[in-house]
Amino acid sequence: MTTRRRLLIGSAALLAGAAAGIRVLAQPNERVIPVVARKFVFLPSTINLKKGEPVVLEFTAPEVVMGFNAPDLKLRTDIVPGTVAHVRFTPDKAGTFPFLCDVFCGDGHEGMSGTIVVT
Amino acid sequence: MKVDRREFLKLSALGGGAVLASSLPGCASLGGGGEPDFYFVQLSDTHWGFNGPVVNPDARGTLPKAIDAVNALTVQPDFIVFTGDLTHTTDDPQERRRRLAEFKQVVKGLKNQDIHFLAGEHDASLDKGAAWKEYFGETHYTFDHKGVHFIALDNVSDPAARLGDEQLEWLKADLAKQPKDARIVVFTHRPLFDLAPAWDWATRDGDKAVEILMPYRNVTVFYGHIHQENHHMTQHIAHHSAKSLIFPLPAPGSQPKRDPIKWDASAPYRGLGFREIEAEAKPVKYDIQEMPVVKA
Repeated sequence: MTTRRRLLIGSAALLAGAAAGIRVLAQPNERVIPVVARKFVFLPSTINLKKGEPVVLEFTAPEVVMGFNAPDLKLRTDIVPGTVAHVRFTPDKAGTFPFLCDVFCGDGHEGMSGTIVVT
Repeated sequence: MKVDRREFLKLSALGGGAVLASSLPGCASLGGGGEPDFYFVQLSDTHWGFNGPVVNPDARGTLPKAIDAVNALTVQPDFIVFTGDLTHTTDDPQERRRRLAEFKQVVKGLKNQDIHFLAGEHDASLDKGAAWKEYFGETHYTFDHKGVHFIALDNVSDPAARLGDEQLEWLKADLAKQPKDARIVVFTHRPLFDLAPAWDWATRDGDKAVEILMPYRNVTVFYGHIHQENHHMTQHIAHHSAKSLIFPLPAPGSQPKRDPIKWDASAPYRGLGFREIEAEAKPVKYDIQEMPVVKA
């Protein structure tokens, strides 16, 4: 991960800006985790995090519009092909939290899910 | 004398064919408020075109069996409603139309052709309802029947499971014409409340629809999507989901994934079915009777 790339990280709070191609400076201690959403899987589907560690989930969708939704963590974003969607947060509790695609994307959509594991 | 359909059936059985001509068709009888009671049938989630022998080796036979079961009802319902996912999704627009056309042909086998259709995400989400509209018309609409105002809402044409501001405004305008004690039934595919958001069993802006409905004292929602019976209250508004006619799904949040429940050869069609809903005027209530696809 280059310093330049780290500086080009947006945030969940600025999703509208991210969708418009505007990028936001990242905090220097944030860990960036790229996640690809494609039919019908998130890669990776298990995201391991540490409690108290700031992270940025950096989503791309090469095929069709997808959604990322982790309801227990109150995190969600649309993932539009051709753009990068950023979800920035700091997990404040340990546990296993499911997430799913919440934009219907075809036969297999119902199985498109994953888990965030916070230790 | 008030005789509802079930009492009528009992009388018929006991009396060797008692006939109350005024009660037919639909065996409507006058409720205390002057509006007749009646009943309708809800079928849901038929997923025509689905292929998965592990969960349903009779995917093409289940809907016809349900149609036979409805046709065999002693008293035919006033109307029938299908609450979405008529067909199983496909990326191929031509195949989608073929499935919709075939479904439409199959349900012509129902004796009662007063049928109301709703779309599910499998029918409508990949093309924003374009193909569905070609076969079944508008995806949200209203109709009135014997004193009940029925509202069909579309929370599937948007693949992100939103009703959208335009439809919410339409709902608000429609309800503005109704008195606050109107008997209102809402049909929809997805639940309007957050039943299990981690399984996508929700409508993104469903809370807005519930808020618009809340001032009305007699509102009941019937929906599909979750392939099982579920009963939930948002204050005084009751929400009842229906069984599927293709495969059952596990109870909300009962396991990590919402994988279909496998077919049990020792109890075929278990967990599948349709329902009769008896609409009574005074007091306003809806008696639900779950019916199997095939009788044991």
